[in-house]
Parts: sequence; C-alpha cells; structure tokens
Amino acid sequence: MSSKQKKPKEPMPPLNVWGPALALAWFIPGGGHFLLKRYGRAWLLLGSVVAMFLFGLMMRGQFLSPRGGDLLTVLMYYGGFLSNLAAGVPYVLATWLGYSQPDVAGAIHDYGTKFLVTAGLLNVLAMVDAYEIATGKKS
Amino acid sequence: MPKVNLSHFEAAVLFALFTSIVMGVVTKRSGRDRLTYGLYCFAWFLAALFGLGWLMHFGHG
Repeated sequence: MSSKQKKPKEPMPPLNVWGPALALAWFIPGGGHFLLKRYGRAWLLLGSVVAMFLFGLMMRGQFLSPRGGDLLTVLMYYGGFLSNLAAGVPYVLATWLGYSQPDVAGAIHDYGTKFLVTAGLLNVLAMVDAYEIATGKKS
Repeated sequence: MPKVNLSHFEAAVLFALFTSIVMGVVTKRSGRDRLTYGLYCFAWFLAALFGLGWLMHFGHG
C-alpha cells in the first residue's frame, strides 16, 4: 500500500464563520484578531502594520497605481497597487486625505514605497492568520 | 505628515523589525515559539543586511 495516500479534502467552512474576521482583518490591521479575541497578537499586528505604513508615508513613498507596459512593469505596478490596497483603512484614509507623492529619485523615497507595499503584504499575512483561527485550524 | 530622513541602515533595521514581528506572530502556535521565531527572523535580516553591505563595499572596490 502506498504511503503517499492523499487525505480526503476537507470541506470549506461556511462563509459566516470566517467572512467577518477576514473582512475586518483587511479593513483594520489586526481587526480579525480583535474580533476573535486574540488581543495580544492583534495589538502587535496593528502596531507593526500601521507603523510600517506611517513610516512609508513619512519617507514620502509613492502609492503605485495600475500601469500597462511590459510584463515586469505590469506585475510591479498592479502588484504594488493591490498590496497598497491590502493595507486597508490606512490606505483608504491616506488617499481620502489627499496623500499623493510623485515618483522622485532618492533612496529614502524608494524605501518609503517599499514600506507602503510591505505594510499591505504583512496585512495579507495577518488576514490569512485570522482566517485560520476563525476556521479552527489554529488557536 | 512630518518627513523623516533615515539612513539606509536605519530604514532597513525598521523594515526588519516590523516584518519580524508579524512573521513571528502569524507563523507559530505558542507565545514562546513566536518570540523565538521573531528574534530568529530579525537576526537573519540583520545578518543579511551586514553581509550584503560588506559584499557591496568590497564589490565596489
């Protein structure tokens, strides 16, 4: 008998179990963990993602917007835009309050742009974690 | 919004710090494992930072 037998695929839990936690985790960094009463982890996630985002703004990083061109350009700008969007309310607030930074040369501006993108990517990790907690795969 | 002027090193250390915290929080299952893994990530970030820094230093001559 083969030792590599596939496990039967578990059915996906209903949307109402993980939907609210996932949505809140996107909108407010750490929000999913707050909803699931993991307060310590929630504060750490909120602090890290928001601090990274604020440093990105203070370094005058640029929000990337979708742009056509060669494959690498499309990947970078669409990916960057989606990552910015993944930061949730900090991105929405900054855009709503009129933050707009043109692309200028300079190492610190570049770091700022990377900080803004990474804040969104870290929030995606937090969203995945909130999903796993909500569905019982993690405590 | 105030503007900050950080050096390469300061910006990279801040990046390493926030990323390590999140990676520690989301990847492990107990508090002690999270702390250990966060510190482990941070140490590797710093090692890479210094390693690549010296590599560029020698590479540029």
